[in-house]
Amino acid sequence: MKKITAIIRPEKLEAVKENLAEKGFNAMTIFNVKGRGEQKGICLQFRGKRNVIDMIPKIQIDIVVKNDEVETVIQTIQRSARTGKIGDGKIFVSPVEIVVGIRTEEYIEE
Amino acid sequence: MVLEAGDTAFVLICTAMVMLMTPAVGLFYGGMVRNKNIISMIALSFISLAIVTIQWVTIGYTLSFGHDIGGLIGGLDYIGLKGVGMDGDGIPDMLFMAFQLVFAAIALAILTSGVAERIKLSSFIVFGLLWTTLVYDPLAHWAWGGGWAESMGALDFAGGTVVHISSGFGALALSLVIGKRIGFGKYSMEPENITTTLLGGALLWFGWFAFNAGSALAANGLAANAFVVTLISAASGALTWMGASWIKGKPSSLGMISGAIAGLVGITPACGFVGPLAAIVIGGSAGLLCYGTLLFRIHKKLDESLDAWAIHGVGGLFGALATGVFAVAAIGGVDGLIYGNVGQFIIQGIDAFVAVGYSFVMTYILAKIIDKTIGLRVTEEEEYVGLDVAQHGESMEL
Repeated sequence: MKKITAIIRPEKLEAVKENLAEKGFNAMTIFNVKGRGEQKGICLQFRGKRNVIDMIPKIQIDIVVKNDEVETVIQTIQRSARTGKIGDGKIFVSPVEIVVGIRTEEYIEE
Repeated sequence: MVLEAGDTAFVLICTAMVMLMTPAVGLFYGGMVRNKNIISMIALSFISLAIVTIQWVTIGYTLSFGHDIGGLIGGLDYIGLKGVGMDGDGIPDMLFMAFQLVFAAIALAILTSGVAERIKLSSFIVFGLLWTTLVYDPLAHWAWGGGWAESMGALDFAGGTVVHISSGFGALALSLVIGKRIGFGKYSMEPENITTTLLGGALLWFGWFAFNAGSALAANGLAANAFVVTLISAASGALTWMGASWIKGKPSSLGMISGAIAGLVGITPACGFVGPLAAIVIGGSAGLLCYGTLLFRIHKKLDESLDAWAIHGVGGLFGALATGVFAVAAIGGVDGLIYGNVGQFIIQGIDAFVAVGYSFVMTYILAKIIDKTIGLRVTEEEEYVGLDVAQHGESMEL
């Protein structure tokens, strides 16, 4: 199993959710986060005065899927969250060792 | 020229209560925008109050209430408040000036609906000065300063035409010039702080008693009538809007408070002329009509973002016409359509539609001029990060 963590633009959340649900991925956890990339935020120029917005609000989506579903999820998120401009975000994939359902007592070990 | 202590005390309090309505508009609108623009939205209302105050004491008051020139505008006799003193007829002239000032301020604050989340602050200040001088002041003169509408016998007790039609239709014109918000119709732009909007709505509802009853300019029975019909109309509007939205889904608190504001707008021109039962009909119809207008606006994909047009513009237009329908001679000395006075209804219609046309066209022209010269709108990047950071260097979320 893999955990996919996607950092996206807040306004793209609806589109990402919709497209993931269409492919059958309903379960997810989302967080309001702030962050910056290599460009170190956004620098607004106002009559020569620099106004740097350091940490920009983003949404983080965490979703745990089977190994063979990873590519579909990545492509779905990438397609629905992309604008082509700086600040579209990143997707990280990491291994998950154990998943436990608290109610169902389901115990899945990789 | 004798001062009445009771009247003076009453109008002093009313002036302060109406002043509170301007920041209340800011809170009402602030709760409806995204978190990144809430400070900007509230600040715009405070800024409206500040710039209109200076405009009004220097030039605005005299343009509205100076000696009549051709029925169109006031002369410059009171420029810089020259001759506006502590004496007066019933209440001090200075107090009358201040009472009128707070009305002008709230009109400009309502107008910010049309440019929410995308206006450049510096341009708004220039635009606001021009708009108050060239749109609000003439309309105030026409209705209350001895202009053509007043001579014709048009009734506008507390500013349905002067404040609400002007700002509502002005906001529509302004939104057409500045253009839609980036991502409008594509991304969610749902209100993010509804409790703030409800707080603003509460303060508006409270302040409206002063707005309407205070317009009697005396602590008397007419003021009491205005007070009571204001209360009734707001309640009626809240219920009909909530009921109508209940049929389509859940009855939102935002719909309820919008209905109350619609009812308050509807009764504004009528409150010194109609009785309590007519107020139920006026408020209730205003709630339904404004809700329908809002749905129409969304259907047409117009980004008059916070619905000043639907609520203040159309509500004000309806109120002006309803005054001509429901007026009773026993209350305000004039009968309306249902008591056989067709003429009054026609006069109300002419007055209201001229105000609609004038405020829409003049606002459109002024907005175009500002847009072509210094630009109404912030850059795309500034809009993206939000006006709080981009225009004020402050933020609720960063």
